[in-house]
Amino acid sequence: MSRAYRGRFAVLRLVIVGLLVTLLARLWMLQVVDGPRYVRAATETRVRTVTLPATRGQILDVNGQALVTNRVKPVVSVDYVVLEHQPDGGTAVLTRLAALLRKPYEQIAGKVRLCGPAVTQPCWQGSPYEPIPVADDVAVPVALQITERQEEFPGVRTDLAPVRVYPYGEAAAHTLGYIQARVGRDGLEAVYDRDLAGKAGSKVVAVNNTGRVTRVVTQTMPVSGNTLMTSIDARIQEIAERALGDAVKRAGSHSGAAVVMESKTGRVTALAGYPSYDPGVWTGGISAKAYKELLGPAHPLVSRAIQGEWAPGSTWKVTSVAAAAKAGYGLGATYDCPSSYTVGNRPFRNFAGADLGRMTMHTALVKSCDTIFYQIADQLWQRDGGLTPVKHPAEVMSTTARGFGFGAPTGVDLPGEASGTVPDRTWKHATWLATRDESCRRAKTGYPELSDRGRAAYLTVVARENCHDGGAWWAGDAANFAIGQGGVLVTPLQLARAYAAIANGGTVFAPRVGAKVVRPDGTVVRAITPPVEGRLPASAGTLEFIRAALTQVTRHGTAAEPFKGFPFKKAAVAGKTGTAESFGRQDTSWFASFAPDPAYVVVVVVSEGGRGAEDAAPAARKIWEGILGLRSAL
Amino acid sequence: MITASDRIPRRIAWKPALASPDWLLPLLALALCGIGLLLVWSATRLDPGSTFLVRQAVSVAVGLVLMWVVSRIDLRVLRAYVPFVYVLALVSLTGVLTPLGVRVNGAHSWIVLGPGVQFQPSEFAKVALALTLAVPLGELRDGERRPGFGGVALALLLAAVPMGLIMLQPDLGTMLVFAAMVVGALVVSGARKRWLALLFGGAVGGALAVWKFGFIKPYQMDRLMALFGGSDASGVGYNAAQARIAIGSGGLLGKGLFHGEQTAGHFVPEQHTDFIFTVAGEELGFAGTALILVLMCVLLWRGLTIARRSATPYGTVLAGAVVCWLAFQTFVNVGMTVGLTPIVGVPLPFVSYGGSATVATLAALGLLQAVHRARTPAFD
Repeated sequence: MSRAYRGRFAVLRLVIVGLLVTLLARLWMLQVVDGPRYVRAATETRVRTVTLPATRGQILDVNGQALVTNRVKPVVSVDYVVLEHQPDGGTAVLTRLAALLRKPYEQIAGKVRLCGPAVTQPCWQGSPYEPIPVADDVAVPVALQITERQEEFPGVRTDLAPVRVYPYGEAAAHTLGYIQARVGRDGLEAVYDRDLAGKAGSKVVAVNNTGRVTRVVTQTMPVSGNTLMTSIDARIQEIAERALGDAVKRAGSHSGAAVVMESKTGRVTALAGYPSYDPGVWTGGISAKAYKELLGPAHPLVSRAIQGEWAPGSTWKVTSVAAAAKAGYGLGATYDCPSSYTVGNRPFRNFAGADLGRMTMHTALVKSCDTIFYQIADQLWQRDGGLTPVKHPAEVMSTTARGFGFGAPTGVDLPGEASGTVPDRTWKHATWLATRDESCRRAKTGYPELSDRGRAAYLTVVARENCHDGGAWWAGDAANFAIGQGGVLVTPLQLARAYAAIANGGTVFAPRVGAKVVRPDGTVVRAITPPVEGRLPASAGTLEFIRAALTQVTRHGTAAEPFKGFPFKKAAVAGKTGTAESFGRQDTSWFASFAPDPAYVVVVVVSEGGRGAEDAAPAARKIWEGILGLRSAL
Repeated sequence: MITASDRIPRRIAWKPALASPDWLLPLLALALCGIGLLLVWSATRLDPGSTFLVRQAVSVAVGLVLMWVVSRIDLRVLRAYVPFVYVLALVSLTGVLTPLGVRVNGAHSWIVLGPGVQFQPSEFAKVALALTLAVPLGELRDGERRPGFGGVALALLLAAVPMGLIMLQPDLGTMLVFAAMVVGALVVSGARKRWLALLFGGAVGGALAVWKFGFIKPYQMDRLMALFGGSDASGVGYNAAQARIAIGSGGLLGKGLFHGEQTAGHFVPEQHTDFIFTVAGEELGFAGTALILVLMCVLLWRGLTIARRSATPYGTVLAGAVVCWLAFQTFVNVGMTVGLTPIVGVPLPFVSYGGSATVATLAALGLLQAVHRARTPAFD
């Protein structure tokens, strides 16, 4: 080796050492100077927090039977983030999944969308980092296939997860409500959500580059939700639903409701609304078709027992009698029941136009005479000053009705309750102001779009009246009010608790469906008692009078026919029929009933049914018979 | 010129006077291979049914035996086999382009010999190139002190053929290693500075031409772009970003062997092969990465000493080429994990998982020792 090139070796050494020193300097920067920053960055890429859902509490009926419970089922869920990172956005994976599950692609894909302003159901309302359940009716072999063929189904997983199951199917669907993304959205699930939900745990896990969990860092276990014990009796609920359904169908109607309540306690035993729906459709994400149906014209989601408002018809007369008694009308006195009574300049016809002659107030209730109440209402209206009311009109009728709990929500432990309407002078005026412009326009133009000329003419007359002096409380308004028409609206539950108050001696409850909240270990968190809202504005004597009269209704009165042969010895069922007319439609059929023992109130309404005696009363009888049947079976 | 007829002895020559072996090189190789095995173990231990550790251990064992055998062979005997080795390298490099070749990461770099047995001809071609370059550059005519134009031209021609084949795979990283070896061989051979300058200019021009006419595959372009642009952690720059996170999070002393969370989570792609250094960075910290670099530095320094002390120019060029090969690969490999060089697929010598690379680099150390045995006694 020639010495001449020694220099080159020195340069080479310098270059190599220089390069390595450069690397060392860079490593020092990276690891020592910036180390803490990279430690943070590493933690962020590596650790994820996973929510451990708590097992949701059960909802039990009064006998401890589960109305809503959980069952462990293989649930197929999809990781939104993993799917989104697929080259085609996950279309191929979802197509394969849909084929395997034998479901339409749209149904699966619809569930794996995040809800947003422009994205409506079906969609996922939870976090994109939570697995989105797409199917919970998966056979175990199918679930195993997904697990075994993970390369075909990236981001798809099957877990055994608790899902809501409804042992009684559609029974009490409205009352129970449903959950979405583990949050109660309606019914008891919503109202008692905090009790039922429990406390979710969390798990901090280390994940690898594909998001697969490699290790659990920390973990807090979830706390199971509490059990809600209700006063619902599943058997009576089913009986009520069947009776209601039959009545609605036989009447050719499309909706109705039934309420069964304990009159002495204010506890709700059954709430039935027709049409109903299968609460199971919500589990595992609802399909687009099912969702459309739920929002469709039949409104199956509406709980008609607490949200339906109908004119009460003659069932309302219990408040009118109480008002009359308060205003000084003798309950033992006799009154004329002519075929019609002229209020102002318009004749108000008796129901069915019959002249029943002179009768006691007792008979007036039993036979449901209207004209006596027109007369009392007219006289009370005049006592208040008529069209030129005195400064503080007594408004005995509407005040009494409010005392029966009408015109305001009952305060039941269910969401979305309607308040009904108790019209009076103030209400009429306010409504008139709100609708005057429209009424005056219609008074001029009429209703040319209606093909029914008779109806159009009637509405035009009404519009003309409403335009000029619709704000006034006419004697006719007072007369209509007295028989539960002319703007009076009640919910079935309101009527039920008013009749419960009549039956129990005057206590008006805020009804309750929930009875007790119990921990999973059986200890009681709290007992729920229906609070007392107030007392009926009626003396013990008046209530006794009403009860006596209503007891005759089912034996010799308007409900005698449907209750023919009923075992009154087992249960002295008293009741009142109601037939509310609504112009241009079939009548609303009501029956409100109670018995001292078993101390229940049963209210049935069939919308566009017909006479109370024809549709609602037979249904109520079936419910009573069902209750008695359960009793004798004990 | 050495002729085959009178130079090939019937048995391997044993010259006691000059046989004192170099103990430093095998010790350094053992240390680096040992670290490499630990890191491969750590990087792959969580993969179910992983055989990487065992395979790498076998490779290291085979490589060490080959190193010992090669170090025992007389340089002149080796020289006689050069044409055969060179042609074999070209044939195998051509083989990967045929259906025998297997595509890995976008490049045809492998030949499959049987189930589970495959090798990367380009790794062995590096050994062949070192041996080949030393012929035109190290066998000087009497009175010559440096290779003439003919020698340099022949060396470039002999290097150009395998480099062309490698670009057809295409494997940019290996091609650059070859280029580094050519430069190293030329520098230590004493070739004129003006030729070196000319070569440098040619290389720059060639690089521009490659760029311009698109000999670089899109994935290689992406990797280059990731280096220069690169902050997009999910896209092209993912490798680079994850590598930096893993190394940076190791800190001064590391998280401890087998305690690297980034490693356990496989956040860095190719973490047992080209990106093995990230495992060292995370689990052993700056202490570990510095140790590896210092060991490499000592090894390269020793290699240059051996090159300088070689009794023959042939040995000098051979050792110089080997040293430049290892130095370049080390710099580029570590550089790409810390964001100093583009991500081109070259393994970290002795440390990365890879049978062909491990055996080839250990064999190359054998060559260094063979040169060492034939050193000029006066320099000891």
